[in-house]
This record gives sequence, structure tokens and C-alpha cells, in this order.
Amino acid sequence: MSERVLMKGNEALAAAAINAGCHHFFGYPITPQTEVAAYMSKMMPKVGGVYLQAESEVAAINMVLGAAAAGKRAMTSSSSPGISLKSEGVSYIAGSDLPCVIINVQRGGPGLGGIQPSQADYWQATKALGHGDYQLLVFAPSTVQEMVDMVTLAFDKADEYRMPAMILADGMLGQMMEPVTLPEPVKELPKKEWAACGHENKRPHNIVNSLYIEPDELERLVDERYERYAHIQETEQRAECIMTEDADIVVVAFGATARIAMSAVRAARQEGIKAGVIRPITLWPFPNDILKETAKTAKAFLTVEMSKGQMVDDVKLAVECAKPVHFFGRTGGVIPQPNEVLEQIRKIAGGIK
Amino acid sequence: MAVVFDRPHALCDCNLHYCPGCTHGIIHRLVAEVIDELGVEGKTVGVAPVGCSVFAYNYFNCDMIEAPHGRAPAVATGVKRACPDDVVFTYQGDGDLAAIGTAETVHAATRGENIVVIFVNNTTYGMTGGQMAPTTLPNQVTQTTPYGRDVNTAGFPIRVCEMLCTLDGVALAQRVAVDTVPHIREAKKAIKKAFQNQIDGKGFSIVEILSTCPTNWGLSPVEALDWLRENMMPYYPLGVYKDSEKGVK
Amino acid sequence: MADLNMVFAGFGGQGILFLGKVCAYAGLMDGKEVSWLPSYGPEMRGGTCNCSVCLSDEPIASPLVVNPNVLIAMNGPSFDKFIDTVVPGGTVIVDSSLVKSKTDRDDINVFYIPATEQADKNGLKGLANIILLGKLFKETGLVSEDALELGVKKSVPAKKQHLVESNMNAIKLGGSL
Repeated sequence: MSERVLMKGNEALAAAAINAGCHHFFGYPITPQTEVAAYMSKMMPKVGGVYLQAESEVAAINMVLGAAAAGKRAMTSSSSPGISLKSEGVSYIAGSDLPCVIINVQRGGPGLGGIQPSQADYWQATKALGHGDYQLLVFAPSTVQEMVDMVTLAFDKADEYRMPAMILADGMLGQMMEPVTLPEPVKELPKKEWAACGHENKRPHNIVNSLYIEPDELERLVDERYERYAHIQETEQRAECIMTEDADIVVVAFGATARIAMSAVRAARQEGIKAGVIRPITLWPFPNDILKETAKTAKAFLTVEMSKGQMVDDVKLAVECAKPVHFFGRTGGVIPQPNEVLEQIRKIAGGIK
Repeated sequence: MAVVFDRPHALCDCNLHYCPGCTHGIIHRLVAEVIDELGVEGKTVGVAPVGCSVFAYNYFNCDMIEAPHGRAPAVATGVKRACPDDVVFTYQGDGDLAAIGTAETVHAATRGENIVVIFVNNTTYGMTGGQMAPTTLPNQVTQTTPYGRDVNTAGFPIRVCEMLCTLDGVALAQRVAVDTVPHIREAKKAIKKAFQNQIDGKGFSIVEILSTCPTNWGLSPVEALDWLRENMMPYYPLGVYKDSEKGVK
Repeated sequence: MADLNMVFAGFGGQGILFLGKVCAYAGLMDGKEVSWLPSYGPEMRGGTCNCSVCLSDEPIASPLVVNPNVLIAMNGPSFDKFIDTVVPGGTVIVDSSLVKSKTDRDDINVFYIPATEQADKNGLKGLANIILLGKLFKETGLVSEDALELGVKKSVPAKKQHLVESNMNAIKLGGSL
């Protein structure tokens, strides 16, 4: 393990990706993720890797498709408007059963929106990044160290399940500096027998493809993928529970917002309100099990998001509406403040009493 | 009995789905013959487009990837950067390459991406049933230009080789046709040169092949070849537009 | 030591973000949990600029400091914007060469230091930010002296290590004002 160094989230993410064996990065500048590309352009030549600034986000994700199809760990990063442009390619990548990692350092939307932190791409990431029946693995780090740890995890899981994985960060995590310990570079990567990289006259030709013109065949393939998804939902749910054992009010928040929720919950505890935090770490698969379990003891939930409330429905579904689920959010790049969240907790606590 | 004419090894033993009289079959064969002759099938990766030749991934015996519409040069870039020793080619039609994929084409070319682009120009979107393509000729009737392409509203056709030959990254930009035996021979020479360029690390090579679409043009195969000669060749003159060894035409 | 929740604010180009980085690194060298959160976007290029820096013995919850217990203000707009957000008992260091107004709050400790003038006078041009840090260090003892020096060394790029000395001189000067 190397020493703890102070790094910006975006740079730490890039450094971690290289150490995770990603030597193929295809990017396009957009605030607030540009440091990822800048770091990659500086470091890739030093490790014999590829940094390429594409002509568009559309091209960048398709370069990822090509490199991933050739069996390499490949990554692209962008921010919200750029992710919309990548959605076509992500759908094809999912339909071709290719692993890759996509970074979204979210900013406010819709349209050109703003450049300040946001979580308003939750629906896009977890429900509909592109057309067709498919899912992405979605990881939501809340510290710079977690950005680092999750990049490695995302590559491993993407390879394991042969599907795209997304790190859903935001402008705050991308821009802030915190101490991190970088992992050692991986030495061995999984073999990819399916890769289209030249058969060397040793095997039949491999085809990487998402087109299946016969409905029965396409349905069978999508069904197979959904069996994989079901297994992932059973085994890969991740969440952090803080002070939830005795909590009456459980705040559900992910990413940077979870830290703001944490500040509010600490303050609530000082006031004698039994509050806790559940922080979903995987947004897909959504940590349904832990929420359902917590609903047995908690009296109410409060979802806090940097959006108009995109995760709140998933929380309601997870707790099967057994307990009230409240929502508080700010959007457009406005970061909710701990005292605003505390006010909501107080209000709910008043209702409970 | 001695075999004097055989299927190239780089072409799979299967029926192609192309319409009768369509020249895609000839072009597939030429590409496969070149792969055989250069002995590179084992390290070749082809990238299929969206359009009539979408199933090219089933027809070539080398490893194949099917790209989103227009994105084949970007996908090929990813493959080539990942495996620089591989031989990477795209096979694209005019809608794929010169409309939806113009940016990917131009930028792969200007980067001097060391790949081969086989560009089949038949002035039409064949797969979707014969709509206007970026290469549809002025006054040409298609499903979406029922009164003929009006350049005042639908704009002018794109001459791809002429456009790309100004870019420094381009090693070869050549337009050929597959309407006659001599032209087919010429086309094969161009394709071989493009592949050899890649093996020699020379950069981006594009071979534009004037092709027919008898079904959507509403002509017999023979009439379609006549139409190609009479209408396409004057607008899209055959020739070498850029050869890095010889300079721009 | 209690948690330090600090806001540093001024114009882009005054070294606000660097000042924050030195503090964060110094905290890290002292074995603390730290976070550094900048404002970003167009204001980086000439407009106002600020950053939040937290030092704590516990993992940092919200890295966004809304009510700081330490404020360093290097221009008028920043002083006006943040002075009333400081918690009672907080410490405020102001570059009085550039900030002409004063606060009438008497529940905070405010130090008016002509840092820019002093920097120019003492051959430390461009180090007004670090002079203010020196004053902050003297008034709050935010980290150990060794950690502060290490923080400077870590924050100055490898190729510019010759600047460490002038930064340390600026810290000393700030402490004496």
C-alpha cells in the first residue's frame, strides 16, 4: 500500500483506473470531469497506455466499444450532457455483452444545465441509459477514497458479468481533494476468450454483435442477460448503514449527499432524535434487502437527493411502502445544507411523536 | 480434378443475403481475396456497419465486430489502438459513412488512424428501402425524394474521396467501381494497396467503391450497371485522389 | 482540538486554492482527516474564488463549509459574503490591504493584516495568501509546526521546491504581524 496522498476526486479516479489495468481511455472535455482526461493524457504515455481525445462523446464511447471488444479494460468519462450522447454506445455495449467502465461526474440539467454538482442523472443511470432491456452496474462513491476503490471494483464486476459499469459521481466529489491510498497496479487480468482481436488461425472467428434479427433469439439472449441481472441483484447489493439499529428516522442518501445527511444526523442525535443513515453504494442493484430489513424497526424514511426526487420511488418500493418515505432535495447545482436536512428530520420527528 | 476457382478462405461458407445483382458480393470477395493473399486472416478484425452490409460479421472468417450506425471508424480506432499489430478494416455504406458517421470518418482520417475503410457507395439507403443518401445524385428519385433530389432543399451529394484527400492523415483515397472486369481488377488492387498501407503503418486508407442497388433503383442488374456508368461515374470520377507516395491528385 | 471548518475566499489568482491545499496537506501530515472543496467554473478565471477546508479527528461528513469557524478573506466581496456566516467564537483573518470595510460583530476574533502590502515590502510578492496563513497558524495553532512545513513542501510542485523557503518566510512574517 502506498502512502496517503491528497488528490482531487477526478485525478484519483483516473489514477485508480490505470492501476486497475485500464490502459485504454477515450475522452472528451466537459466540466466538471475534465481532470480525468487531463490526468489520463499525462499518465497513459508513461505506462504504455492509450489516451485518445475523441471528436465527440459519441465517438469516445464507440472507441471504448472497440477496445473492449478487443478484450481490453477500457474507460470513458464525461458529465451529464456528455453521458446523454454516450447512451447509444452504452446500449450497444450492453447488447454486445462487453465490459467497460463509464464515469459520470454529474452536473445540473436538463439541457446544458449548469456545471455545479447534481444527482439528477439517477434515473438515466439506473433505469434508462439508452434503448432496450438492459441494466448497468451503478456505483455511487461518497469519498475520494471510495472513488478509487470503486473503479477497481467496477472493472472487476464488469468483467465478471460482461456488462458495462458506471461510477455515478458528481461535481463535488470530482473537484474535491481528500487523502487517498492508491491500490497497487493489478498484475493479472481475466482472460477473455470471446474477444475479437484476431483468431490467429487457432479458433473459429469471434463475433461481437448486438443484432439479432429473429425475435425468439433476441428474447432468449435478453432473458439470459436478465438471469445474470437477477443473480447480481441477489449478490451484489451494497449499502452502508450508520446508526440505523435504533433509528426512528432513517435518511437515505447516496454519494456526496450522504455526507451532508450524515452531518444532519449527527446534529439530530445531539438533539435527542434517533436518526440514522442508509447510504446506497450500489444504485443498481439497489440495496432493497437492507432497506426492507430496516423498515421493520424504523418509523420513517427521508430520502435526500441533489435532484427533484429520483431515488425516492426506489426507496418506497424497497420498503414496500410499509413506512412513510419523505423526500427533500435541491437541484440545479444547489447543494442541500445540513441544517436544511436537519429541519426535515425535526419535522418528521415531530410528526412521529 | 484440379480446383481452378474457389471460395477465399476469409469468406465464410454461407449464403449471402444480398439481392440478386447487388455488387456487395463482389466487394466481399475482393476483400476476402486480399486478406488471403496477404495471409493476415488470423490477425484481422473487421467492423461491420448498419445498413445492407450489417451481416458482414457473419460473412468474413476473421474476427468481426458490429458497430452502431456510422460509428465503425470509432470502433475500429478502439480496436486498432488496443491491438496495434492487428489489421483492422471497416466496411461501410454511404448512409453509414457519409451521413450519420461523417464526424467519425473525417476524424479517423485526420488522425491518420492506421485502418482500412471500405466504402460502398450506391447512392441509396438500401436496407431501409431506398431513401435518399448523402451520395444520392441531383434529381435522383428515391423513396424520400419522390420528385427527384432537389439540391435547393436537400442539398448536394458529398464526394467523399475529394473531401478526405485534403487531410494530412490520409494515406490513400481512391475511387473504384465494380461494374466491369477491368474495374473489378482495379478495385482489388486498390483494396490490396489499402491493406498493405496499414501493414506498413502508413495511416488511413479509404477505398470508395461505386456500387449498384438494382432493387431500390428499380432496374435489372445489367441496367443498374449501365445507370452507374452513365450517372454516377460523371459525378464521382474514378481515380486516385490521394496516395501518400504520390501526393494529392 | 476541535474540528476546523474553514473558508478561504478572494479573487482567482490570489492563491486561495493553494492556501487551502497547504492547510489540507498540513492536516494530513498531522494525521488528521481532511477535505478540500473548491468553488469551480468560470470564477476560477478572474472572478471570486473560494474553497472549503475541513480538518478533523473524525471522518469528514459534509465537506461543504456553510458556517466556518475560520475565515480568510482576501477581497471585499468575499469579506461581505462570508463574514456573517462565521460561527460565534470563530477566527477571521482579513487582508486589510484589499478589504477596506470592517465588521461590527464582537462575537468573533477578527485580525486585519495588510498582507499584500507586507508581501510587496518584504520581497514576498504573490505570497499574501501565505502571510495570512502564518497569522492563522499563530492564532489557532491549527497544526504542528512540522506538519505545516511538510504541508508547504507537499503542496509546492516538485519542480518548484525552491519556493518552499519563501513560503516559510511568509508564514513567519504573518505570525509576527
